[in-house]
Amino acid sequence: MLEGDPHRLIEGMMIAAYAIGADEGYVYVRAEYPLAIKRLEKAIAAAEEYELLGDDIFGSGFNFKLHIKKGAGAFVCGEETALMASIEGKRGMPTPRPPYPAVKGLWGKPTNINNVETYSNVPYIIKHGAKEFASIGTEGSAGTKVFALTGKINNTGLVEVPMGTTLKEVIFDIGDGITNGKKFKAVQTGGPSGGCLPEEYLDLPIDYDSLISVGTMMGSGGMVVMDEDSCMVDVARFFLNFTQSESCGKCTPCREGTKRMLEILNRICDGEGKDGDIELLQELGEHIKSTSLCGLGQSAPNPVLSTIRHFRDEYEAHIHDHNCPAGVCSDLAEAYVIDEEACIGCSKCSRVCPVGAISGEIKNPFTIDPDVCIACGACEPECPVSAISQG
Amino acid sequence: MSKVKLTIDKQIIEVDSDASVLEAAKELGIDIPTLCYHPDLSLHGACRVCMVEDEESGKLLASCATPVREGMIISTRSMKARRARRRNVELLLANHPNDCLGCDRNNHCELQEITYELGIRSQDVERVSGEKRVHELDTTGPALKRDPNKCILCGRCVRICEEVQGVSALQFTNRGFDSIVVTAFDLPQAEINCANCGQCATVCPVAAITELSEIEKVWAALEDNDKHVIVQTAPSVQATLGEEFGMETGTVVTGKMVAALRRMGFDQVFSTDFAADLTIMEEGNEFLKKLNGEGELPHITSCCPGWVKYAEHNFSDLLPHLSSAKSPMQMFSALGKTYYPEQAGIDPEKIYTVAVMPCTAKKFEKDREEINGSDFKDTDAVLTTREFARMIKEMGIDFKDLPDEEYDELMGESTGAGTIFGTTGGVAEAAVRTVKEELTGEALERLNLGFRGVNHAEVKIGDRLIKVAIANGLGNAEKLLERVRAGECDFDFIEVMACPHGCVGGGGQPRPATNEKKDKRAQGLASIDDSSKIRKSHENPQIVKLYKEFLGEPLGGESHHLLHTKYKARPKN
Ligand code: SF4
Ligand code: SF4
Ligand code: SF4
Repeated sequence: MLEGDPHRLIEGMMIAAYAIGADEGYVYVRAEYPLAIKRLEKAIAAAEEYELLGDDIFGSGFNFKLHIKKGAGAFVCGEETALMASIEGKRGMPTPRPPYPAVKGLWGKPTNINNVETYSNVPYIIKHGAKEFASIGTEGSAGTKVFALTGKINNTGLVEVPMGTTLKEVIFDIGDGITNGKKFKAVQTGGPSGGCLPEEYLDLPIDYDSLISVGTMMGSGGMVVMDEDSCMVDVARFFLNFTQSESCGKCTPCREGTKRMLEILNRICDGEGKDGDIELLQELGEHIKSTSLCGLGQSAPNPVLSTIRHFRDEYEAHIHDHNCPAGVCSDLAEAYVIDEEACIGCSKCSRVCPVGAISGEIKNPFTIDPDVCIACGACEPECPVSAISQG
Repeated sequence: MSKVKLTIDKQIIEVDSDASVLEAAKELGIDIPTLCYHPDLSLHGACRVCMVEDEESGKLLASCATPVREGMIISTRSMKARRARRRNVELLLANHPNDCLGCDRNNHCELQEITYELGIRSQDVERVSGEKRVHELDTTGPALKRDPNKCILCGRCVRICEEVQGVSALQFTNRGFDSIVVTAFDLPQAEINCANCGQCATVCPVAAITELSEIEKVWAALEDNDKHVIVQTAPSVQATLGEEFGMETGTVVTGKMVAALRRMGFDQVFSTDFAADLTIMEEGNEFLKKLNGEGELPHITSCCPGWVKYAEHNFSDLLPHLSSAKSPMQMFSALGKTYYPEQAGIDPEKIYTVAVMPCTAKKFEKDREEINGSDFKDTDAVLTTREFARMIKEMGIDFKDLPDEEYDELMGESTGAGTIFGTTGGVAEAAVRTVKEELTGEALERLNLGFRGVNHAEVKIGDRLIKVAIANGLGNAEKLLERVRAGECDFDFIEVMACPHGCVGGGGQPRPATNEKKDKRAQGLASIDDSSKIRKSHENPQIVKLYKEFLGEPLGGESHHLLHTKYKARPKN
């Protein structure tokens, strides 16, 4: 939005400012998005030049100035109170609400704070009316929504669809299905703290309420598609690792609890999971969600809880059978072996092994060190005499 | 204020509409456990220990951060609420050394107490345990010790240092599990602009910030037959020590305290109040001189070492205004190694001086290189009220049942004026009492400067109007001194104490401390003054004798050498 049509955002913010009588506006952009910043700067400069921003706009007596605050990239600064603390030059750390920003926000003043997408919808609504805007979308969620579609999918990128579009339409029609003709396994919505949904939810119409009802959320509009090769325990671990290290560290459940959940996931992926780990993950997850101070902690366990809900068998396979069904968790996968009788000593396998587990002398049988092998399977198709197999 | 009616644990209560659920419950006598909450600090909402359940929605709420609402139905006792509290404390303990037995706060620890009250067992903690934070201890002091491994990140120290003291020496850094409270650039405590006031230590719920203990040193001195150990007790300690033994806040325990010190083996038990009278003699005369045009007004007190260090960092331009008179503790110690051995016929080299203080900054003050007046180190050891109480317990003394005993002669007599040094406004009042008498022969009516924050008063002395101001808490001092610096006020005498309420709120006083408690302590101390036979420093017979037989005149040569000092600018960092 900032890169493509920053004017829309500026217009939306001006309308909001006029409505509440604000004369200062801030756009908080991560410094890692230089193009967005550059274009926004240009758009603000243009608006100032046309006297659309500044003092006494068009002789109306209304003043409005727009500032850009470059964020250092902390995930928690997406939380509104942390974001405002960051603008004020303080550590990006959430504070309890109330007081809500509308009462006491930036610099202690009443503040209207919204996403870029929300403000950008405002000009359209003002121009065409709320009814026209609501004619697109569902009853509870009007208008359109932009998703960042990525993962194992043919067409990745930003897509804007009417609310109520099904996951299937987004993934298979717009996204053109899974890469390499693989099977769809799950889709994660809402950014790092969203939940994962399996195949049976593909017909779910996407809106704010429907996503929450199945344990995930709209969040940042992220949509990550996973195929049959993804291990759902590993996926949960990946996302939790992110939120855990991005926790601001202020409140106990988020700071300490997500660390403990991550430790449990690590040991499950390492083949050291214990009876009761799944239940402990669920208990901790629910606890963190219901007692954390801000939205980060209140949603961080989602990837774990939703994968347990929909892919519990994968967790159980890791813990009880010491098996990663998708073959991702290398500590669990069985090493490959070379059949000495069949091996012709050509060395083709040893040349592709990414970890140097295969050794031997030309024309003599080669061997794989099971302690080094990560069971990636790269060697297997290389063997001209099919002497390599797993286990 | 409009009222709101709500139900807590099936009891209906009406409270002010700006109250929190925690406060409303308190009015009903329901004690919800808390760790990061502190009544005198801003709301933090981080520990999540004060969880309660909204019975209608089933949602868990942090009661400290939830304002009351009409018709709310709250349960503080539901299984869900209690379990949520327990889990959060278990999570804290899972990342905690849990070495209570050898810990400075054993038996005086808020975390330990909550663990017990919530019924948490070791196996509950074991279940959620994993990696623990490992950091180095900061023992550079010289007053305070920081153990980041014990820190539960409640942020009370950060808030008091910033909000009340205006120093901001401590801040959070890093994220997630690596979060930690540090000094700027993680510099050692000894190298930062910390005032050593110890306010952080008084609010820390655990052993993450405590005084650097000198207990062992003092035991060793008491054990050493070659040493003659004399002790002085600061004015405020008599009104706070009792708390450590479960006595009512503000109870005056002077007699028992003296008795305890004798039983511990101190050779002479003296009172800093005596030296406070001496400070008044010196400082009062210094002020008189300034009033007569010799030296710059306003005259600013210097008896508080926390304030002095803060001034050296932040108001070095005002240092010439600070009284050159040493603090009562240092005056006492200087005499303890000169006047006392001379009078008692003891080799001064054998004398070991111990000071029982309400204060952590005194530990720093005694080590200042320019402070010594005798040929030795004037003050050998400083014990806080808390360390002192620990030693009494270690000796197996039943404090509450001790008889009342009197201080030893020579440096034990005190006046009401000396005693009120221990609370905010006391120094100003004591000084003005003496100055007024000296100039007019008239007695001073009570100044009644109150115990909290900043205040000022005007006193008519002869035909002159003296403007007196006091500030306690460094944040308040900063505001007042900024005005002085900007030439916006024309006070003649300014008393500054680093700690809120003055020494009764000192960094070495019993924990936990709240403003409410400090008010009571200050009242206790004022009651000693009210009932004192002698209430003016210059009428203290031992002071009269001291000048006559040893010092000569106030501000005279011997006084100047033993009882006055100087200050130096320090970096602001
Ligand atoms: S700080 Fe408290 S809980 Fe921690 S070890 Fe010390 S006494 Fe125990
Ligand atoms: S001793 Fe005082 S100045 Fe130093 S860190 Fe603690 S509260 Fe801040
Ligand atoms: S040092 Fe003490 S007061 Fe400061 S955050 Fe840690 S536990 Fe809280």
